[in-house]
Amino acid sequence: MNEETLAQLAMDFSVLSLIAVGGAITVLPEMHRSVVEVHGWMSGSEFAELFALAQAAPGPNVLVVSLIGWKVAGFAGAVVATAAMCGPSCVLTFAVSRIWQRFHGTRWRAAVESGLVPVTVGLMLAGGYLITLSADHSWPAFAITALTAAVVLTTRIHPLWLFGAAGLFGLLGWV
Amino acid sequence: MNDTPPYPVPGPGELFVRFTQVAVSGFGGVMPFARRMLVEERRWLSAEEFTDILSLCQVLPGPNIVNVAVCVGARYHGVRGAVAALAGLLTAPFFIILALGALYTQYGHLPAVAALFRGVSAAAAGLVVAMGLKMATSRRLRSAMALFTVITFIGIALMRLPLVVFLLGAAPLSIAAALWRSK
Repeated sequence: MNEETLAQLAMDFSVLSLIAVGGAITVLPEMHRSVVEVHGWMSGSEFAELFALAQAAPGPNVLVVSLIGWKVAGFAGAVVATAAMCGPSCVLTFAVSRIWQRFHGTRWRAAVESGLVPVTVGLMLAGGYLITLSADHSWPAFAITALTAAVVLTTRIHPLWLFGAAGLFGLLGWV
Repeated sequence: MNDTPPYPVPGPGELFVRFTQVAVSGFGGVMPFARRMLVEERRWLSAEEFTDILSLCQVLPGPNIVNVAVCVGARYHGVRGAVAALAGLLTAPFFIILALGALYTQYGHLPAVAALFRGVSAAAAGLVVAMGLKMATSRRLRSAMALFTVITFIGIALMRLPLVVFLLGAAPLSIAAALWRSK
């Protein structure tokens, strides 16, 4: 795979690493924008499928970037995307974790924490909206998305069961 | 952070092994498993210490659980500890997910697998929708600050603004609003 693509992956995901306030899923819309809309590395459906694969696999959700990197540029792409997505934020976290205690209970620390919450929630909702539009192409698919969300919100059932049931619906040709 | 940890200090090897165990048992989110391991099983952190570390890791950019691993590792062995915990968290799942990806590339074109994945993708999307809604209905958002949630949704989901540009404008405003409200 050409070095230009690897460099592009490294650059895109390093930026994402540093703006992923509230976790990896909050940059889902931006990943989608970059990977599908800007670079055209894959279709929206393929993006949604990789995301589903990452959600169904064990491990941190952030590893969806490994799959994206792998899809775009093979094993090297997976390594580069993962390192770029985790590296910059880890260095920052390491540095800040050493001094954060000093600001315990200060007013601006509380303001940073509570100020970022509403933005993070907005990013989460935007991620849900966009991944739904990418994943669902029929009304039964939208129904599964809605039903899954409702069940997750109202019960403590493990998500893997829902993935299994949804996969079965798919196998039966209903989606 | 704490000069006299009440429990034996884990070595880098143990950090690696424990975070690997946490990572491979966490389907659809690793944080609950990490909390159980750190607070209840190993007792490396008290519940308050965990909450404190988590709130820092949520404010900082990057995957929350990855940041937690860095903080916990760094607490015991500096850079070495951070690298050990991080490597434990990521290595095994990285190879598992690539193996799944390879299987998917191999068999994804089969009609049955493609049909199965249409269902699973729809459910995975529902999981994100649920996470968003759960956060949106939490107590911390019942104030005028929720306006920033609406603005973010419109800017990112509907107008498709680049995130960097959007955050440079919205994050300082939102933090300033929170600071003003705390007066």
